[in-house]
Amino acid sequence: MVEEEGFRRYVAHIILWIGIAIVAFPVYIAFVASTQDNALIANGQMSLLPGGHFFEVYYQTIFVGTSGSTREPVGNMMLNSLVMALLIAVGKIAISIISAYAIVYFRFPFRMPIFWIIFITLMLPVEVRIYPTYKIVADLHMLDSYAGLSLPLIASATATLLFRQFFMTVPDELLEASRIDGAGPLRFFWDTLLPLSRTNMAALFVILFILGWNQYLWPLLITTRDDMQTIQVGIRKMITTTDALTEWPIVMATAVLAMLPPVFVVVVMQKLFVRGLVETEK
Amino acid sequence: MANVTLRNVRKTYPGGFEAIKGVNVDVGDGQFCVLVGPSGCGKSTLLRMVAGLETVTGGEIDIGGRIVNQIEPADRDIAMVFQNYALYPHMSVFNNMAYGLRNRGMKEAEVKSRVDEAARVLELTSMLERKPRQLSGGQRQRVAMGRAIVRQPKVFLFDEPLSNLDAKLRIAMRVEIRKLQRRLNTTSIYVTHDQLEAMTLADVLVVMNGGQVEQVGNPLAIYEKPATTFVASFIGAPPMNLMSIRADEIKSQLGSTNAGILGIRPEDFVITDQTPAGGVTLPLTVEAIERVGAETFVYGTRAQDEQRIAANPGELPPGEVIVRIPGSEAPPIGEKIRVAATRQKLHLFSGDGRTRIEA
Repeated sequence: MVEEEGFRRYVAHIILWIGIAIVAFPVYIAFVASTQDNALIANGQMSLLPGGHFFEVYYQTIFVGTSGSTREPVGNMMLNSLVMALLIAVGKIAISIISAYAIVYFRFPFRMPIFWIIFITLMLPVEVRIYPTYKIVADLHMLDSYAGLSLPLIASATATLLFRQFFMTVPDELLEASRIDGAGPLRFFWDTLLPLSRTNMAALFVILFILGWNQYLWPLLITTRDDMQTIQVGIRKMITTTDALTEWPIVMATAVLAMLPPVFVVVVMQKLFVRGLVETEK
Repeated sequence: MANVTLRNVRKTYPGGFEAIKGVNVDVGDGQFCVLVGPSGCGKSTLLRMVAGLETVTGGEIDIGGRIVNQIEPADRDIAMVFQNYALYPHMSVFNNMAYGLRNRGMKEAEVKSRVDEAARVLELTSMLERKPRQLSGGQRQRVAMGRAIVRQPKVFLFDEPLSNLDAKLRIAMRVEIRKLQRRLNTTSIYVTHDQLEAMTLADVLVVMNGGQVEQVGNPLAIYEKPATTFVASFIGAPPMNLMSIRADEIKSQLGSTNAGILGIRPEDFVITDQTPAGGVTLPLTVEAIERVGAETFVYGTRAQDEQRIAANPGELPPGEVIVRIPGSEAPPIGEKIRVAATRQKLHLFSGDGRTRIEA
């Protein structure tokens, strides 16, 4: 990295600060709004400084929910979202690393056709196959369940491809050394390949967790019971009210709460995440 | 302790490419066998077949009296050292060496004593807890060796283990490998493309070319009596000067009527005006001089009008002859000199270079 001197360095910093302000200001407003009285916001008199209702609003949001539109404490919604996001992230990683292992290290009939079929599913995200997927999930009686929320989203061509690319960079000699050392296919996978994939798995986990957390369309379709709502669906429902004022402080508090788990995951796994993306040494 | 015998071993790849075309080699118990040849000659393939990493298309591989063609690498009782070491990057040095033992269900106390012993021999004791990436090239090389010796296998297989090291370390490790092999007295097969490594390490030298064995034997015997022009030019540096013999009178002068190619090693020339009885003299124009201290290489071309022995389109450019003389005294560039070699120093080969002709 080049160390810039004097003026140019300040310019760089100013640009960065402008960028931060653009990203952070709406988040700040959301937080401020979540600590105000609803009547104040409805009158358009919201101040730019946090109000005095922080504990009250967050208590109501987490444990009670809105009085009208959703009827469900946001704490429960967060739990639903968390379970779904974790199932999707862990499930995707587990399935794709195993299928990538099969495709890279084993010679079996129709290996390449199978690989191409997996590859083609890249072109078929949930939105495209939503009707048949819904039908299957409904026929299997998985509506309003964690399995229904996560299973259809678990198969992942992207993650399979990523692990395939990674496995192909692992030197063949490692496999050969393992064979000579008496390690069978399962042992090689468990003792050598998995530990080497650790950073890749971490990077993928961050991406997939956020992806799962942010799911909207699919949970909206297959959950009808209030206690199975996810937080993304909940926020949307809170905003649309027919005969009452939107409870903006609660909406904003929910939005702030919805941001926390992804932020937490990124902060905790940042080191591994960056290493997983840039690491070359095997 | 085991003999390794290859009987008419063949390897044909699915595409039809024939990598090994029938190889017969017998490595005695405790012997150090070196497979040497240019890249693509099949030496690594052959080694990997012995290891069980490549399937055998035809013939038999016999390790210690057991045909191992269909046996898994882990059950052949061999250990292999790879060119890039193939250490497990996420395991400590200790675990790298212990892995193969633990997979065989050995007791932890026995594992520890074996690894500690290997670490002591290889001077790795202070590094047992480090990861491979924290080691230098030479240290990684020693860990790879350690991983092989803790197993106490019947056969060591080395696949160009020194080619990733710098020149100085390579020489040091070469000596270490030889000492270690002598001490353990384990049958070893070693693949290299470096003829110097091959000469210094081998009890049995196998020179390979194009999937076939050109010559098998003691390294010095091969050096003194190369069986083909390929071996003659591959073993020895700088390579043997090879010239095709054109005129019939030369053939009669050398006492051989069916010889087609004459070979003379650079060190067998003497700068002199006299023709030794039965020997040959070449008139040369000095083109270049290389001084390396203890010896000097003179690169000369044979003058056209005096050319009685035509050039061979082999290792040397047409008409070029390398002469190696002791010390650093050398004739100036451009000078015309005469070099001679005695009858005993001449190597005669058939015209296609495939057969050696003894006078």
